[in-house]
Amino acid sequence: MTATQKVKFYQVGSFAVGNRLLEADQRTVQADVSRNNTITSGHRACQGCGEALGARYVLDAAMRATAGKLVAVNATGCLEVFTTPYPESSWQLPWVHSLFGNAAAVATGVAAGLKAQGRGDIRVLAQAGDGGTVDIGFGCLSGMFERNDDVLFVCYDNQAYMNTGVQRSGATPSAARTATTEAVGPEPGNAFGQGKDMATLAMAHGIDYVATATVSDLHDLEAKVERAMEFHGARYLHVLVPCPLGWGSNSSDTIRVARLATESGLFPVYEAEHGSVTAASPIRHRVPVEDYLRLQRRFRHLFDSQGAVKRPDIVGRLQQMANRNIDRFGLLTNEVA
Amino acid sequence: MDKPFAITLDVGTSLANKTGSWRVDRPVYLDRMPPCNDGCPAGENIQGWLYYVEEGDYEQAWRRLVEDNPMPAIMGRVCYHPCETACNRAKLDEAVGINAVERFLGDQAIEHGWSFGFVAPPSDKHVLVIGSGPAGLSAAYHLRRMGHAVTIYEAGWALGGMMRFGIPKYRLPRAVLDAEIERICALGVEVELGHKVTDVPEEMRTGGFDAVFIAVGAQLGKRAYLPAGDSAHVIDAVSLLHSMEGIEPPSLGRRVAIYGGGDTAMDAARTAKRLGATDAVVVYRRTREKMPAHDIEVEEAVEEGVLMKWLSTIADVDFDKGRIVIEKMALDETGFPQPTGEFEELDADCVVLALGQDSDLALLESMPEVVVADGSVQVGPDLMTGRPGVFAGGDVLPVDRTVTTAVGNGKKAARAIDAWLRGERLEVPARHELANFELLNTWYYADAPRTERARLEVARRTSTFDEIVQGLDETNALFEARRCMSCGNCFECDNCFGVCPDNAVVKLGFGSRYRFEYDYCKGCGICVSECPCGAIVMEPELA
Repeated sequence: MTATQKVKFYQVGSFAVGNRLLEADQRTVQADVSRNNTITSGHRACQGCGEALGARYVLDAAMRATAGKLVAVNATGCLEVFTTPYPESSWQLPWVHSLFGNAAAVATGVAAGLKAQGRGDIRVLAQAGDGGTVDIGFGCLSGMFERNDDVLFVCYDNQAYMNTGVQRSGATPSAARTATTEAVGPEPGNAFGQGKDMATLAMAHGIDYVATATVSDLHDLEAKVERAMEFHGARYLHVLVPCPLGWGSNSSDTIRVARLATESGLFPVYEAEHGSVTAASPIRHRVPVEDYLRLQRRFRHLFDSQGAVKRPDIVGRLQQMANRNIDRFGLLTNEVA
Repeated sequence: MDKPFAITLDVGTSLANKTGSWRVDRPVYLDRMPPCNDGCPAGENIQGWLYYVEEGDYEQAWRRLVEDNPMPAIMGRVCYHPCETACNRAKLDEAVGINAVERFLGDQAIEHGWSFGFVAPPSDKHVLVIGSGPAGLSAAYHLRRMGHAVTIYEAGWALGGMMRFGIPKYRLPRAVLDAEIERICALGVEVELGHKVTDVPEEMRTGGFDAVFIAVGAQLGKRAYLPAGDSAHVIDAVSLLHSMEGIEPPSLGRRVAIYGGGDTAMDAARTAKRLGATDAVVVYRRTREKMPAHDIEVEEAVEEGVLMKWLSTIADVDFDKGRIVIEKMALDETGFPQPTGEFEELDADCVVLALGQDSDLALLESMPEVVVADGSVQVGPDLMTGRPGVFAGGDVLPVDRTVTTAVGNGKKAARAIDAWLRGERLEVPARHELANFELLNTWYYADAPRTERARLEVARRTSTFDEIVQGLDETNALFEARRCMSCGNCFECDNCFGVCPDNAVVKLGFGSRYRFEYDYCKGCGICVSECPCGAIVMEPELA
């Protein structure tokens, strides 16, 4: 593993946010009382919002990596709405919002403008939800990759259009219920075989750095942000952020759900440079996909009222998807202590 | 108004929006009872002292430990560690080797000569402790640190009680015993050896004592009727183990039968082996499962070549022919052994009786208000007998007869005596709720198997009285301590501080833990779910 620190043994391993037994520089940014809190308190995200958490993790890490010289460009979406109800703002960094689909293009312009002013030392980060990334913003994003503009684009993937009422996006998983993929008929929920795997699409552009991460492994996420900021050119970070509202999970289970997504193999966590995978985070304790699905009401139609699997055919297909990820990225080969 | 087009309000921070008003449940920090502490008969705060070991601060860890138990080096050798049986880590991989770390701390203290620190100012009260076993020494230690003058009357010629005259040297080297007793005496405990108390009220009057703690133990070996009667070939285990402290080791013969199934029987059998017996056979009337001896004792005895005869009683002895007759038993439906009428012979030059022990309670005879039932002294919840100011603890009570329980009794008695001397009765505070495994989020703990202590090879074990179990060194003691999950007690991992989507946790700095900022906490509960050790709880918000 290159992105994460070498796993050493101490009381809580490498897995907690901080640790009194570690040197301060080995702890996470989030363990630091002087962290930037780039999204400050009082924002209007739902209880247990994964995106609010993921965005703070990413931006606090990016602020440390750039010594505070950072501009953020935001697409339309939950993140924009819950942080900036006029006239209040939760942002503690220079922040621009324009349209839903053009965050990548605006970020390209900000980077070009800074460079023209001789302020190439100020870095640019663009961020969007999965809708603003894989659907509406895809054209601008692909162009940004193709031109290799010096922007880190971060997608906070909660797998549907949550802000407008949980409509299906190109990142919605198969079989998931959304407002536009109702759990009715012989094939309830979102169809199989559709949707976009944005991280591999980004890799196909051959850009410097592509990585996936979740809110459940902070050390890994921060290491990837830090690594991304070492490159000058187009970079892409895809962060899985569970949405208690849209997924129908308990607000207290946000991190647990993200963890089960990776431990089941449904969401592979890896990084790639110049189009090739360089490292994958191994699964520590593998679980069957139903452990992940059962915590979410958007998959409730797959289970009976006792929590037993009611649609083994569909669960089986999802398990096959997880198995393919495990084989493809070697998620079980890389044993760690 | 000098604002841009269509702008009418100044830009403000979202801090003006107190999202705490959304909350219906609030997270609250709490300390729960770790299972190890809950299971410790000596009342040690194990999680508390392991916390310091994890940092490598062994002296502080030892000081935390001896607040409850003044004999860690002894404990680390003879305790049957119910703490490890209770340890939550066993459900993850294996229990933390608490006993091994305790011994490491105890040995460090002896090596570095650490002494007990604080002793409270003199109270002008004088307490008599009768007996210097683990209960008596523990009580003397705690009473002394509370500022009371303490005198121990010991009937024997040396301090330590059953720790010296019952526990074999291969389990507890006498240098260790002496060092820890010496340190207790150095607090200013007065000792009179060879002073057998026969009349407690009379001793209190003549000595001017304000209270007394009776901890005379149980050292009368129970006898069983053997048809050939008592002879030179029948010895009780207590006397055998006691005589091992003398100059001349007793002679048992080549083939020794040990009658009984407790830890003392195992000690006697293993001692017989070391004294040169070729055969040491334990004869026990029930099965291995029913045997009161601890598993580790039985395992080690078998490793050393001790033979076991389950479901057997001694029906007859014929030492002239060098044999005994055994009757086979069978368990009835209630689990009680019944004779079968089947007999067999077993070669034996002598029989060691290990059938349990009774207390010599003659010293209570002048106090009819002190109730004795079934050979045990009856006490209240604060260990006070029917006579005010007279307390009792250790093996004279109907309790588990282990060193650890005795030490715990000693501590509790000291607290009760201290309260009584101040004109109060000991109030035992309610225990914190137990930190169950289900309350932990073990994801955060790295997988780490335990470190086993090396053991002396069997060949050397059966020929010498060298200590069997070796100690941990610093690196593996540290490793072992760091396997502790700190169940129910915050260890400042920063998880709550990190995982709050609303930045509603304030980190107060090292040693001061955290505080919730309820103005912004929305009550999502992620901090509770992600707390590794179960030190946060959600409570309903009161309307």
